[in-house]
Amino acid sequence: MLDDFLIRAALAGLAVALAAAPLGCFVVWRRMAYFGEATAHAAILGVALSLALSLPVLPAVLAAALAMAVAVSALTGRGYAMDTVLGVMAHSALALGLVAVSLFTDARLDLMAFLFGDILAVSRADLAVTWAGAALVLGLTIWRWSPLLMATLNPDLARASGIDPRREEFGMTLALAVVVAVAIKVVGVLLIAALLVIPPAAARPLARTPEAMALAAALIGATAAISGLWGAFLLDTPAGPSIVCAAAGLFLATTLIGAVTRR
Amino acid sequence: MTAPLISVAGLTIELDRHAILQNVSVDIAPGEIVTIVGPNGSGKSTFLRALIGAVKPTAGKVSHAPGLRIGYVPQKLAIDASLPMTVQRFLGLPRRIGRVQAAETLNRAGAPGLAGRQMTDLSGGQFQRVLLARALLENPQILLLDEATQGLDQPGSAAFYQQIEEVRRTMGCAVVMVSHDLHVVMAASDRVLCINGHICCEGTPEIVADAPEYRALFGTGTKGALALYRHEHSHSHDHDHDHSGHDHSGHDHSGHGH
Repeated sequence: MLDDFLIRAALAGLAVALAAAPLGCFVVWRRMAYFGEATAHAAILGVALSLALSLPVLPAVLAAALAMAVAVSALTGRGYAMDTVLGVMAHSALALGLVAVSLFTDARLDLMAFLFGDILAVSRADLAVTWAGAALVLGLTIWRWSPLLMATLNPDLARASGIDPRREEFGMTLALAVVVAVAIKVVGVLLIAALLVIPPAAARPLARTPEAMALAAALIGATAAISGLWGAFLLDTPAGPSIVCAAAGLFLATTLIGAVTRR
Repeated sequence: MTAPLISVAGLTIELDRHAILQNVSVDIAPGEIVTIVGPNGSGKSTFLRALIGAVKPTAGKVSHAPGLRIGYVPQKLAIDASLPMTVQRFLGLPRRIGRVQAAETLNRAGAPGLAGRQMTDLSGGQFQRVLLARALLENPQILLLDEATQGLDQPGSAAFYQQIEEVRRTMGCAVVMVSHDLHVVMAASDRVLCINGHICCEGTPEIVADAPEYRALFGTGTKGALALYRHEHSHSHDHDHDHSGHDHSGHDHSGHGH
């Protein structure tokens, strides 16, 4: 069954959607949408480094994403607002990555595959890596759910309950880096942030509790992955962007449902 | 004298090389109500955050009694509109609780019947009571409130502080609260700490209100209102703790013509 490239693509998209959606809820609640973006852009720098040093792509991307996360945490609160720091870091990392790729390689590298993903070319090995990473992130999110939720609500309230909010935040940053690294192949650097943000945003009007929102986001993400892939197959459109378009369509639908039921 | 719940010795806190608090020492005894007053930027919120361990002391020490159960009510809690949260679920953080337990603690905090509502739909007074209800869940030995009535009008905050006294009476927990609603709060306290980077003066509300250091910070204007409130307060005070020594003297009417 795994011989069919469409089945492999669907399974890879499903894995990323399921891991990204609950984590993405925290991204949305903490107003960190551009943090995902910055981490993703750092990944291009990681790709360039892996080519230059002939290292495997995954660890290099993971390291670059983590370095970005640490740099952003270190820079905020030093006279710059979070959005300024993210703007500087995200665009610098992307530009630096693109420059480095062209310097280090003979420009034969298919950069488009990294920018927009190449889900139809997912191999069995890719699939294994994607599922392992997704399972790790999903497990981490479920394990740290309650403390992370407390830290998101109010760090002092978490502290009074014996939770270290900074540790929880660091764990979340780690998880973000892992999601970005495994999702590169599936949706690409430019669209990873979309899978983190759009399904939770689409789930918001349907939910009354944080858990319900995470569950709905996972369902919406999975639906977007499958239907987007199906649409891409039917219409012969690029797979990654089609998945994001499907997610955007679901966002529109739930927003309308929310607007109607609130009346 | 029983052992203090929280003991603060020589606490100094610097943030960005700027001294916020200097050499503050105080013990919080079981069952007492301590109010911390001070002007804006005096370090009173920082002091409270140091008590829960959210700020690391530059020097000195904050020690808790072993296994101390703390209930904390933060100054404000901004819940992002993107985060759906029922009162029931909020009360169940970090540990989920059943419906009966939620109803019980909401009753104690004076906010019955709110369990099914969204946190973002509550009024200011209801919101603060839900925060209080959550703080009471762990059956705290000490309740810490950081300007808990910010954003409430005068009757609203007076009602909230009456609820706190009621909670103290029924649960016997100590209460440490930061406030600048001086006249509403001070008379309800066993002890008032006036902080402005250091402890300017401390004692019963009367002693602090008469202290020259306090008058220099707040003027004499609040004294009339303080006396007014004290009058109301003296009828409903019973002493189920061991501070009656200075308590009673604090609540008679002699020497304050009204």
